[in-house]
Amino acid sequence: MIRKILINISVITLAIIILALLQELFMPKYMSSIHEGNLVEEYYDEVKEHDVIFIGDCEVFSNVSPITLWENYGITSYIRGSAQQLIWQSYYLLEETLNYEKPKAVVFNVLSMKYNEPQKEAYNRLTLDGMKLSKSKISAVKASMMEDEQLITYLFPILRYHSRWNELSGEDFKYLFDKDKLSHNGYLMRIDVKPVNVIPKGRKLADYSFGDNSYDYLDKMTKLCKENDIELILIKSPSVYPYWYEEWDEQMVNYAKENNLTYINFLDEAEEIGIDYSKDTYDGGLHLNLSGAEKFTDYFGSILSNEFHLPDHREDARLKEIWDKKITFYYSMEEHQRSELEKYGYLKSYGAQAQEKEDER
Amino acid sequence: MLFTSYRFIFLLIILFITYYLIPKKYQWILLLIVSYLFYSLAGIKSLVYIMATTVSTYIISWKLNVLQTRQTDYLKQHKQELSREERKSYKAMMKGKQRKWLVLCLLFNFGILAVLKYTNFTFDNINSVLDLLNTDRKLPVLGLVLPLGISFYTFQTMGYIIDVYREKYSYEKNIFRLALFVSFFPQLVQGPISRFDDLKETLFEKHPYIAENISFGLQRILWGFFKKLVVADRMLIAVNTIVRNPDEFQGIYVVLGIFFYAITLYADFTGGIDIAIGIAQVLGIRLKENFERPYFSKSTTEYWRRWHITLGTWFKDYMFYPISVSKSMLNLSKKCRAKFGDEVGKRIPVYIASIVVWFTTGIWHGAAWNFIVWGLLNCLVILVSQELTPLYTKFHERFHVGHTFWYRLFQVGRTFWLMGLIRILDCYRDVGTTFRMYGTIITKMNIGELFNGGFMKLGLMLSDYMVLMVSVILLLIVSLLQRKGSVRRQLARKPLMIRYATYFIIFLAILIFGAYGVGYDSGQFIYSQF
Repeated sequence: MIRKILINISVITLAIIILALLQELFMPKYMSSIHEGNLVEEYYDEVKEHDVIFIGDCEVFSNVSPITLWENYGITSYIRGSAQQLIWQSYYLLEETLNYEKPKAVVFNVLSMKYNEPQKEAYNRLTLDGMKLSKSKISAVKASMMEDEQLITYLFPILRYHSRWNELSGEDFKYLFDKDKLSHNGYLMRIDVKPVNVIPKGRKLADYSFGDNSYDYLDKMTKLCKENDIELILIKSPSVYPYWYEEWDEQMVNYAKENNLTYINFLDEAEEIGIDYSKDTYDGGLHLNLSGAEKFTDYFGSILSNEFHLPDHREDARLKEIWDKKITFYYSMEEHQRSELEKYGYLKSYGAQAQEKEDER
Repeated sequence: MLFTSYRFIFLLIILFITYYLIPKKYQWILLLIVSYLFYSLAGIKSLVYIMATTVSTYIISWKLNVLQTRQTDYLKQHKQELSREERKSYKAMMKGKQRKWLVLCLLFNFGILAVLKYTNFTFDNINSVLDLLNTDRKLPVLGLVLPLGISFYTFQTMGYIIDVYREKYSYEKNIFRLALFVSFFPQLVQGPISRFDDLKETLFEKHPYIAENISFGLQRILWGFFKKLVVADRMLIAVNTIVRNPDEFQGIYVVLGIFFYAITLYADFTGGIDIAIGIAQVLGIRLKENFERPYFSKSTTEYWRRWHITLGTWFKDYMFYPISVSKSMLNLSKKCRAKFGDEVGKRIPVYIASIVVWFTTGIWHGAAWNFIVWGLLNCLVILVSQELTPLYTKFHERFHVGHTFWYRLFQVGRTFWLMGLIRILDCYRDVGTTFRMYGTIITKMNIGELFNGGFMKLGLMLSDYMVLMVSVILLLIVSLLQRKGSVRRQLARKPLMIRYATYFIIFLAILIFGAYGVGYDSGQFIYSQF
């Protein structure tokens, strides 16, 4: 009898191990393209001591460089952003982050206010798959699911990715247990240049009001920050696309006033920041490249330092040691990107081609 | 709710645990609650129809019982006074009364089915006639929704009321028990169509926890999921590509479509039945088998004895025999014997009953001409086969081939393709298109095209074909093993590690190769739409 019980326990354990391994194997690794897929999970390996947490979509992970913020102002920061990160995903990521650390300020990029409903399963996955299992993750999944999605496929992603069995590549095996770090505290570096050719005009909309759902989560975010004595700063990051309407801006201005928050629209300050859209964007105005991100970060850093009095930690030996390593990695990646640009004419290992295809679509 | 949905699997797990934790006398009540919950999740409005069928059947079965008891009591009380003739006439009078109630029940319940399933089909045909007459008047298309499993539970319940009328068994006094018989959820989607006398004991008795039932039941469920998700739903992609693009896929593709659909339907339907029987077995309930390796049949008659067995026997017991031995049919037969001779005369009732049964079988499957033609073609093949039987026997005797392996293999192949040829009527959009595609098999010689990238045009990749090939070989091996008895029993005699490895490999195959989730359109079981 005992022998049978032991056999059963061993078999079940072995089965669970095999299933866990298979699950890891089938999960997309996002190492050779769509690096955004790794951003959320990289946070868990961090030393969680940040003055500022940036949350939002690509307008934060492409436009803000925490390394510049450290180098120029000694401010420690991390970006919890991913591709088309919806406001409720930002809220739950913030909620989760506050379980690990208490920053002095949270910066939220407000572009995602325009989405009142879940948009696309693929983008949900980029944000949510990387989250560790927690109450926040389950809430984020529930809030984000499209009609035909199932919660269980986020808890056991093999149910979602099993069909990758015929497209598994060497990358899936190579990064089965450990993945390379791709971001710099959530910042996804791109040094290439694709200038802005056309300045878009906003299409007329039937209704410019942000949806109730978006406002609900913005309210929740405001409340969460107030409860935790955190300064919430709302920003609209500089970009040419997607179009940011006056009417939207007005609503943000009013919201900030009503809730006693700071809202900064950096679109109006692009010139003062020094952004040159013929040089400072890698995709024709959607996102800033390294040069643009460093300019913007430096400008915003002075506001954070002077107006919000965030401390300078550059004299802190312990933090300096941590950040020195990050700086080394930052410049080595910049160097690597430069050599790739020279060699291939594009960023071969940084998803430049994938980005092109996405743009074409 | 789909058998293959996460929600259903979750519901099952909860049910299996609760079922063996509660006092055994309440097990059937739990099943009733779960069955109604399952049904309501498919559409709360549908509950009205299943409840109407249950209540009407209960009331009329009670009425039949009252009449039958009254007859028995009367005959007992007046045993001495009544002559044989008087007894006979009294019985006939009472039977007549019962018949009226029975007809009322049949009309009401088949009426619900007919209105919901056939109104639009009828209107559509009337509109076609009106078109021919150049009138502007048109009957509207009604937004009728067919409740889940209505064809199955209506037939099952009407079988019950006919049996009560025939006094095969007494009526069920407890309406809730009858409700469970009508709505027992594993068989609700696509059968098997159970008989009350087969099911009543196993359904209502107390079921202790028996490890073998759980193990065998779960294995059968697993096997059903394998057939459905790995084979049927994957192959259906290719079938749909072929049949939905008849102008593009002709000739050899039609042959391929016939072959693929044969496998798809088999895997889909038997997979669903495996899941239903497996669930029942975990609950300690025995459901009737619905298949007996039908593709090993050597003739169409044998095929129909082994495919969808419970529907076939239903039609045989409740339609074919009653028609063929009815008074009017016997009279007709008598007249025909006198006019055309014994040989023709004795065939007339069988022919008429066969045509009626196959017409009904066809239209039971769906309100479309495709299904009617499908049913009548089956009938034609069976009747012609019967007529040719003496010729076949002579041929077998003359050439001594009747029992050789290769000849039997030929017969199996012939039956498989003949049935497949007729079955593809399910798939094309209308009868005309189907026959046009039959024509292209002969007129369009494009075998080479198939091996020149043709397979890859059907929505499947090479890796999918590999999975299908291995899976179909596995299905074949299991079918061959079944001839020696239950495969699960054969497996149970193997060492523990081999058993566990087998279960786990099948589980992994479903998990990884199953055509479910994003990118697949894993849908309802094909038969649940009938």
